[in-house]
Amino acid sequence: MKVTLKVWRQENAAAQGAMHTYELDGVSSDMSFLEMLDLLNEQLVTSGEEPVAFDSDCREGICGMCSLMINGQAHGPEVTTTCQLHMRSFNDGDTITIEPWRAEPFPVLKDLVVDRSAFDRIIQAGGYISANTGSAPEANSVPAPRDKAMRAFNVATCIGCGACVAACPNGSASLFMGAKITHLGELPQGQPERWSRVVDMVGQHDHEGFGGCTNIGECAAACPKEIPLDVISQLNKDLRTALKNGH
Amino acid sequence: MAAGTHYLPGLTATNQPSVQTSDDAAGYYELGDKIVDPHAPTGPIAERWTTRKFENRLVNPANRRKLDIIIVGTGLAGGAAAATLGEAGYNVKSFCYQDSPRRAHSIAAQGGINAAKNYREDGDSTYRLFYDTVKGGDYRSRESNVYRLAEVSANIIDQCVAQGVPFAREYGGLLDNRSFGGVQVSRTFYARGQTGQQLLIGAYQAMERQVAAGTVEQFTRHEMLDLIVIDGKARGIVARDMVSGEIETHLADVVVLASGGYGNVFYLSTNAMGSNVMAAWRAHRKGAYMANPCYTQIHPTCIPISGAHQSKLTLMSESLRNDGRIWVPKKVEDCEKDPRDIPEEDRDYYLERIYPSFGNLVPRDIASRAAKYMCDEGRGVGPAIEEQQPDGTTKMVRRGVYLDFADAIKRLGKDGVEEKYDNLLDMYERITGENPYEVPMRIYPAVHYVMGGLWVDYELRSNIDGLFVTGEANFSDHGANRLGASALMQGLADGYFVLPNTIREYLADGPFEKIDESHPEVKAALDAVNERVAKLMSINGTRSVESIHKELGSIMWEYCGMERTEEGLKLAIEKIKALRKEFWTNVRVLGSADSLNQDLEKANRVADFIELGELMCIDALNRRESCGGHFRAESQTEDGEALRHDDEFAYVAAWEWGGDSNEGGKPVLHKEDLIYTAIELKQRSYK
Repeated sequence: MKVTLKVWRQENAAAQGAMHTYELDGVSSDMSFLEMLDLLNEQLVTSGEEPVAFDSDCREGICGMCSLMINGQAHGPEVTTTCQLHMRSFNDGDTITIEPWRAEPFPVLKDLVVDRSAFDRIIQAGGYISANTGSAPEANSVPAPRDKAMRAFNVATCIGCGACVAACPNGSASLFMGAKITHLGELPQGQPERWSRVVDMVGQHDHEGFGGCTNIGECAAACPKEIPLDVISQLNKDLRTALKNGH
Repeated sequence: MAAGTHYLPGLTATNQPSVQTSDDAAGYYELGDKIVDPHAPTGPIAERWTTRKFENRLVNPANRRKLDIIIVGTGLAGGAAAATLGEAGYNVKSFCYQDSPRRAHSIAAQGGINAAKNYREDGDSTYRLFYDTVKGGDYRSRESNVYRLAEVSANIIDQCVAQGVPFAREYGGLLDNRSFGGVQVSRTFYARGQTGQQLLIGAYQAMERQVAAGTVEQFTRHEMLDLIVIDGKARGIVARDMVSGEIETHLADVVVLASGGYGNVFYLSTNAMGSNVMAAWRAHRKGAYMANPCYTQIHPTCIPISGAHQSKLTLMSESLRNDGRIWVPKKVEDCEKDPRDIPEEDRDYYLERIYPSFGNLVPRDIASRAAKYMCDEGRGVGPAIEEQQPDGTTKMVRRGVYLDFADAIKRLGKDGVEEKYDNLLDMYERITGENPYEVPMRIYPAVHYVMGGLWVDYELRSNIDGLFVTGEANFSDHGANRLGASALMQGLADGYFVLPNTIREYLADGPFEKIDESHPEVKAALDAVNERVAKLMSINGTRSVESIHKELGSIMWEYCGMERTEEGLKLAIEKIKALRKEFWTNVRVLGSADSLNQDLEKANRVADFIELGELMCIDALNRRESCGGHFRAESQTEDGEALRHDDEFAYVAAWEWGGDSNEGGKPVLHKEDLIYTAIELKQRSYK
């Protein structure tokens, strides 16, 4: 099939960006969206134009490196990562708009590549359990109720791709943060730091310039791992409890 | 001489050192001196690690603050090591090429992690895990290292649970296990099909905690381009800031490479797009030995290739073989049919037929080769793909076998299967557009993991002082073939428990002489890297980096893949030499060096893959035996099974860089005899 691509090109963080239009032929419906971009880049190299920079790594839906706003939607029209989006989701002759993640705390580095290191800093603020190597008790000495472990797992599936932020009209990272708070907060091992964790992470989140949550729900709709919106309720509940108790 | 007794006092070796009589690679290499592991432990196998931990010197906490450690790579081995060494109080500088340490490719491992916990009381023990691992590796791994791996495995689970890794649990709240290919006990801990992700996130979070504490400094989007060696000691790295393009030097007292595997030499593999060999290969060119480079693991359960556009292959966890039954049609003419229309009596469950005691759970090399043979016979399924033949002609071949969940769905119900494997089956449907609950999945082997890597001794030291190598980047634990769920175990064992205990013995010699940026060796390394980058940018030929990488991959898969022959390997070496010349005269890298330039990154990596590919072929050519995932057609039993030659090849092939092969350089082969005291070498049989 044949597609028309409108791609955001931007030399670097300081430069002015613009949309460029490319025609691409020979696209197979079995290609992933990123393989389609590989094909575009091969064509650009042949014609002497610098290839489009975009992030991807594992290309099997788990590393969270790929991004892209496709036709205005984070990761495109399917609920999945861009690497697992296939061209069978598009039609011959389609025009496809491709932009980088849109959020102030995610500055563009080049073309479609953005800087998501703010996520690392939110984790640094408390998104962990302090368990020094070698100090762990026998694993089965602390049973974890199966339903709680299941819920912890379901939200631990967050891949940190940032689609939630890009989709949110407020540029909030509450879904990302709520997933981590809920993951660690559901497990017995996560209890000792539960209250300081939520206060510190929310503090860092705001410091990075992410917006507040107004329960619009675009984040959960865009999440390729289908993290449920109620992790944000959990986040707010934990935050209230923590603040009430003077953490 | 009773083999090896001189460095294993009081113990009797079970094998004699091998004597190689064949010399298929004559003319392609030089034979160097034999080597031994200078830090090989002695004493009864179960006491070696405990004794060593005690004997290794300590570093006073106040002195740790004065010692700098560089760690390249943030996967399970690198991330866990950074967290642990940071906690201990050393100054750690951690490097990764991704935008966050959380994206390291360990994240993609699906199935599970082994540990000898014996929670099922099914006969598991440290010794049995050790035994299974050595046997599974076809007796080409080092006994002491593997025993240690089995020994610390149980601590890994404790550590990860304490960090909040959400492993699967039983109703009573205790941990659940399952079994994996090549073993008959349930010792694999798992977090559905995302075990690697959960373990990596645990290590990443532990590391980020240290970043906040100021003990670990992280450098993301940085790639190591060279190793700095001063007075025979590794003292730093040259790295490129992949955003600004700046080439930087970073100095330290010790360098740890935890940079993963090099499966992308085959172009198509289950590795991440960015996985590369550069850190290891640059160290190799600086003198570090590369051991057993030809040992590639071909994973039996990947989604088959769908066309020429493909950029990577996706693995389906081998745990699926617990419940899925593998078959192909008995009749060639049934291959095009809808599998649901093929009656039971016309299906060949070939693994259950040939290997009745292990059935669908035979080790990976056996399962992979059997699948290839079924397709070679013309009984493969799925779309026919055009394949290049050795004589240059092309032929259409179906490369797929069925992995059928129909029986499991009958037994466990659809919900039962979904709960056990959920995202794996969804992922399959997403990629292929077929529903595996209704139509059997199609799978085919693909390059997955490499057992070869930089040579290390028992202390994880390479032969360059001050250069340690962990995880997939080293060679020592998996022999010629890795058992399922052992990679995660090795990464975390090395990172959390082994390296922190061995590196202190080296660091106890500190403080080391201070080096600064003005040192001539530092400047020389920096200049060499700048020159290389400038050269890549200036060639301005007609071939894209991608097209050269693809060509290398097809050579490697055809001649150095699942089945290898003397003739094919010799041809491959010539083709690679020509391709290398083509690369350095005709590659085209656009953009500029002083900015984010993904084409330049790839070019740097592919240049190294080409050199590595040649060495892999030479190593495979020399090793005229079938061993693990390495099947030499010249060495097989009458019924077509792999035939090992312990009399000739029970050694580690440690290759020393011998200079540019296009300028007449030849790699130098150093052999390290593999001497066993606890285990007797046997032919593997899974029948």
